Amino acid sequence: MSGDVDPKPGFIRTYVFSTDHKMIAKQYLFLGIFYLLIAGLFAVQIRMQLAHPDAEAPLIGKALWPQTDGKMPPEFYNMLFTMHGSLMVFFAITPIVIGAFGNFVIPLQIGAKDMAFPILNMLSFWVMFIGGIVMAASFFVPHGAATAGWTAYASLSSSSEVTSPILGHGQTFWLLGIAFAGTSSLMGGINYIVTVLNFRCRGMKLLRMPLTTWGLFFTAILNVLWVPVVAAALFMVLVDRLFGTSFFMAGPLASVEGGQPLLYQHLFWGFGHPEVYILILPVWGLVGDLLSVFSRKPAFGYKATVYSMATIVILSQIVWGHHLFTSGMNPLLGHVFVFLTITISVPTSIFFLNWLATLWRGAIRLTEPMLYALGIVFVFCIGGLTGLFNALQALDIYVHDTYFVVGHFHYTLAASVLFGVFAGIHYWFPKMFGRNMNARMAKVHFCLTFIFLNCVFFSMMYVGAGGHMRRISDPTTYTFLKDFQVWNRFMGYSTLALAAAQLLFAWNFFHSLFFGKKAQQNPWQANTLEWSAPTPPPHGNFLSPPKVARGPYEFNSPLSGDRDWLMQDDPAATASDS
Amino acid sequence: MEATSSIDPELEFTSTGVNSSKLGMWIFLASEVMFFTGLIGSYIVLRLGSDTWPDPSQHLATSVLAINTFVLICSSLSMVLGLQAISQGDQKKLTKYLLITILLGTTFLVIKVADYVHMIHNNFTITSSLFGSCYYFLTGFHGLHVAGGIVTLVVVLIMAKKGRFSKSHYDMVECTGLYWHFVDLVWIILFAILCLV
Ligand SMILES: [Cu+2]
Repeated sequence: MSGDVDPKPGFIRTYVFSTDHKMIAKQYLFLGIFYLLIAGLFAVQIRMQLAHPDAEAPLIGKALWPQTDGKMPPEFYNMLFTMHGSLMVFFAITPIVIGAFGNFVIPLQIGAKDMAFPILNMLSFWVMFIGGIVMAASFFVPHGAATAGWTAYASLSSSSEVTSPILGHGQTFWLLGIAFAGTSSLMGGINYIVTVLNFRCRGMKLLRMPLTTWGLFFTAILNVLWVPVVAAALFMVLVDRLFGTSFFMAGPLASVEGGQPLLYQHLFWGFGHPEVYILILPVWGLVGDLLSVFSRKPAFGYKATVYSMATIVILSQIVWGHHLFTSGMNPLLGHVFVFLTITISVPTSIFFLNWLATLWRGAIRLTEPMLYALGIVFVFCIGGLTGLFNALQALDIYVHDTYFVVGHFHYTLAASVLFGVFAGIHYWFPKMFGRNMNARMAKVHFCLTFIFLNCVFFSMMYVGAGGHMRRISDPTTYTFLKDFQVWNRFMGYSTLALAAAQLLFAWNFFHSLFFGKKAQQNPWQANTLEWSAPTPPPHGNFLSPPKVARGPYEFNSPLSGDRDWLMQDDPAATASDS
Repeated sequence: MEATSSIDPELEFTSTGVNSSKLGMWIFLASEVMFFTGLIGSYIVLRLGSDTWPDPSQHLATSVLAINTFVLICSSLSMVLGLQAISQGDQKKLTKYLLITILLGTTFLVIKVADYVHMIHNNFTITSSLFGSCYYFLTGFHGLHVAGGIVTLVVVLIMAKKGRFSKSHYDMVECTGLYWHFVDLVWIILFAILCLV
């Protein structure tokens, strides 16, 4: 299947319609970085608008809205935050963390030659690519892009565009774009699961897989199960818009009686909560790997970490109701969801403590991937702890729909996953492209990103606790928010600085791509199989089929001689097993 | 360890023992189950929440739909017979049964469309009531799945005619069969909850 690949494919088969998992990973990576840039610029525009609601929008204002002296209209602000969220979640994080890392890492870490279904793999990228184009195109249709937020709540999103043409087609484009992204995730998910279950090399028992692969495997399971559910909901929204049905419409706008807007929220968050874990599970796994490698110690409680991740996968599917505390859901049902949600903190604490225990008395090497990993430990701690506030019904009623929630999920998702993106890129760059990135530049980039990211996200929680609502384009129209304007300005400038710091990364990434120092085979002295493959790995990955003899974290083993690491496929001592 | 880049048959073993295509199909079907759970679950919630739900037999030609259900069950049967034929190496019989399956599937769709047209003539449309919306939406998505199944079956038929399947190699027939039975099962559930209850 994956063995009989054409050894010398032409340009198009190598770079465009490639079925090699490593090339598809690179395609995903560049796609993701592109949308990360776009959605990041949206964030800058959003924060600048909030910093100076009365001023003209920087760069784009004069050109787009000459009639208002460059002032951004509220509808455009709505498009910005909608597309910022949607693009970040579905077209930046998903392609990088799941598409790029998943594709690159899974076959290499389990010792496979390629994915189980290489052609399906190629299709999944191109379906995502089409989805991205559809999303981008939505800005250029009459009345612009979607404005209903990344959650696309009905009835805001599902009002019929047939009876009210003023709504435009932006939301419809959005629905189609997300449908493409979902199809891509589904195809990828099937591929990942089958690859992990069926294509491990000899000796690679499930409980010898590195944590990154475990995270990606769990992510694939959640994707396969929950993307179809949101697809069902989004198709109903689509039909409501295009055919004038009223599945999610109630009141005077409904065409028939009996539609239920609340039903949409149940379906959306049924997917939406697992989606959070879909995005973060691979990052958790990556952190587990990195902390072990750069503390030169086995990952503490490896099995407990795997089992607690599995527990989270199960629990994550039955807690969606914590997003609906203020939506009119029965408060008694709310109590059940409070209980279930709080239960998640048990397995979360287990693997978080395992991280700390891995660091404890380790010979820590503060390399660039390690810095980002430590950054994740810090921001995830804040994000996790603030999650408790949102999980409790009584507290949530106060913070719901404020910037506290925005700050919370930017800590857990944006900050953690963004650091995960950087950690993964810096960690695997040498293997992926055969060249090294500049370490000093990366460390400066980490420090700047870490500082400004906390400036932005912590301030969000501060103003949120003070009652600052989300999704408003002009806070100064509310007298009680006037005092927060200084914070909004602070966040605006911090965002600018945060964005500027990313230029360092961009320079480092693209410069190293062509001019970086040639990388060694195992620059980080790690044990996992991707580092036994040549750099960069050829078609088929391994020169000879690896035979795994031990777990992924054998550091300071007495068997490894004068080195402190012992590769998983090192034949030195086949007897040892954890 | 030998240093060669040629294919090592040891690497091709499957860790679960289940054929990869079949495993992939089962995972896909799991996602399909979730998709229809979303649709059918929504239908149940909408129906239980509505106090003006009409009697289904008022709008639907239940007998026609029952015949259609029978047609689809027969197509599942012929699919099973086709699979059985190729598992004994009989390529001719496989082709015959695939053709029957495709014809029965197409019959189902034709009856479905005729039924749609008939109901729309009787002013039962997708926007005439919540029941109408649910009916067309659910059966419409099921119809798309049947159409997708027929396309796949045609591909399998062409491959069968070219003699691509044998006693030891018929994964694709089996996977298509799994999908086809799933679509059949979904219809039986839809028929029950839309038309009978
Ligand atoms: Cu949640």
